[in-house]
Amino acid sequence: MTQNDYSLPDERGHFGRYGGIFVAETLLPALAGLAAAYEEARNDPAFRAEFEQELAHYVGRPSPIYHARRWSQVLGGAQIYLKREDLNHTGAHKINNGIGQALLARRMGKRRVIAETGAGMHGVATATVAARYGMECVVYMGSEDVKRQSANVYRMKVLGATVVPVESGSKTLKDALNEAMRDWVTNVENTFYIIGTVAGPHPYPMMVRDFQSVIGKECIAQMSALAGRQPDQVIACVGGGSNAMGIFYDYIPHENVRLVGVEAAGLGIETGKHAASLTAGRPGVLHGNRTYLLQDENGQIIETHSISAGLDYPGVGPEHAWLKDSGRAEYVTVTDEEALAAFHDLCRFEGIIPALESSHALAYAARTARGLPKDRILLVNLSGRGDKDLHTVAERAGIRF
Amino acid sequence: MSRIAAKFAALQGQRRKALIPFITAGDPEPGLTLPLMHALVAGGADIIELGVPFSDPMADGPTIQRASERALSFGVSLHLVLGMVHEFRKRDATTPVVLMGYANPIEAYGHEAFVRDAQAAGVDGVLTVDYPPEECAGFADSLQQHGIDPIFLLAPTSGEKRFTDVAELGSGYLYYVSLKGVTGSAAIDLDEVARRIPLIREKVGMPVGVGFGIRDAASAARIARVADAVVIGSRIIEIIEQGPPQEAPARVAAFLREVRAAMDATNGETQG
Repeated sequence: MTQNDYSLPDERGHFGRYGGIFVAETLLPALAGLAAAYEEARNDPAFRAEFEQELAHYVGRPSPIYHARRWSQVLGGAQIYLKREDLNHTGAHKINNGIGQALLARRMGKRRVIAETGAGMHGVATATVAARYGMECVVYMGSEDVKRQSANVYRMKVLGATVVPVESGSKTLKDALNEAMRDWVTNVENTFYIIGTVAGPHPYPMMVRDFQSVIGKECIAQMSALAGRQPDQVIACVGGGSNAMGIFYDYIPHENVRLVGVEAAGLGIETGKHAASLTAGRPGVLHGNRTYLLQDENGQIIETHSISAGLDYPGVGPEHAWLKDSGRAEYVTVTDEEALAAFHDLCRFEGIIPALESSHALAYAARTARGLPKDRILLVNLSGRGDKDLHTVAERAGIRF
Repeated sequence: MSRIAAKFAALQGQRRKALIPFITAGDPEPGLTLPLMHALVAGGADIIELGVPFSDPMADGPTIQRASERALSFGVSLHLVLGMVHEFRKRDATTPVVLMGYANPIEAYGHEAFVRDAQAAGVDGVLTVDYPPEECAGFADSLQQHGIDPIFLLAPTSGEKRFTDVAELGSGYLYYVSLKGVTGSAAIDLDEVARRIPLIREKVGMPVGVGFGIRDAASAARIARVADAVVIGSRIIEIIEQGPPQEAPARVAAFLREVRAAMDATNGETQG
């Protein structure tokens, strides 16, 4: 392992030219307060100990790494290993960050937490931790997403959260984020905004990355034990990019490990109906940070498409923008069709139903594995389970329950 | 002297406060923006804040977001907005126009090109909601070099350091956001405003406009007693929405006349 001299972001949240704090004056003091509280908490051994305790006993960490032998054999090339974030409590990596931010909220004396959600996984994670710590919880969700993720909406309600459908704009994740931000600016005194991904104004991209970096940390220890070495590639899907940042972060100094982020090509990049901000976007300013955005020539944010609601976002975390430009990570795309094929493969060959988001990473791993020798190792972050997506998958197959 | 500075100087001489209405360019339809701008002036506006529509107006409430969405449905771009200002200037050479909007359309246009074209169109000030001073020093300088005032926001929660930043980078006037929340929120804490403004004016050395939460002639008049300028946004958008679009300029002018009269009745007296 080389010396880790990677110390981004800077104190104002910049990853090179990306990141930063691009919000109205009204929000700045709240962000400054949050940054200060987080700085204090991360240096407090008691805070870290409680976080780790919760991850172990409530989330069920460490999540295992599983060698997908049968699927690897079928593909006939490299060995595919899966980091099983789908086995976490609530079924995805989102809970890691949810616990971290909820503990911080409690430390700051905030009794009300709010969140935005796309696929609903972060909303469920937030509703879960709010129940766990006895906090009021409001989740903003685009009304389009409310329709396509009705099971998760019900899960949030069962957990005691209020789900507010957002009718503005494209009625998806970005609009939910706008609405949550508005709630926060209005209720900042008693409210903590739990952002679910590595985007938004500083300190969110850093803080969410830190809470999620447990994924990569575990992988480094587990791969040594399991395979006797680190993987040749680490592959993760990228919407906002939290599961990818989580698994990438500790691998950044491991220069021999390729980091591959997989964006949603939707119906195909050439159709314009996709959500591949890094691949097909341009840098701009949205949701409090500078990053790659899908925008028209006038700087208006354009509507994205992906079969998976969790990847359906026109921006991406600023650290990914930095990793792309610096060449440390590469970003590729996978279409709806390819993701669906990988979804079915994993179900049939391994008995694991993956989230459609994670299926993008799986699809790229399958594509790559075929052309590689059998002794190569691809580590895929299986960021969530796919129960929530069965409705979408069935619909595509023309099946009605 | 910039058009904005000249306006405030003239108003001070008349012991009057500035009335600054906000409309979104292209709302309710692009053809009505010029008539609306002229109607605002006829109704007593001293400065016009012209909103540049954006797909994700995070700091605005539902009213201004609706206005943005209507304008965007007609494809109103920053380029078109500058064209509107250019047209406005053909008939009105004195009323300052301040563009208010978000960073991304300006970045997509390109800072240099934008500053050059805005100056050519006759824009007097630019308020970029999501550009705090830390993130836009270069842009603010380049606006200044082209004779355009960078306008900044201050909030009840702003600290002392922010006063220095704004005094350094901003000019023209500053916009004091009188309450927490997004545009169009209901209540306004007048006592708090009255307490803060003399201090702010002293620290930043420029006129202080107050906005967010001003609904009618009475609340405008109350603000006029303590501030140098009264900014009204969401209420005007609502008036535009309430009735036939073609009659919107007349409705807005009538509303502003009431506000103007109430403000002038305070006769420029300043509390605190």
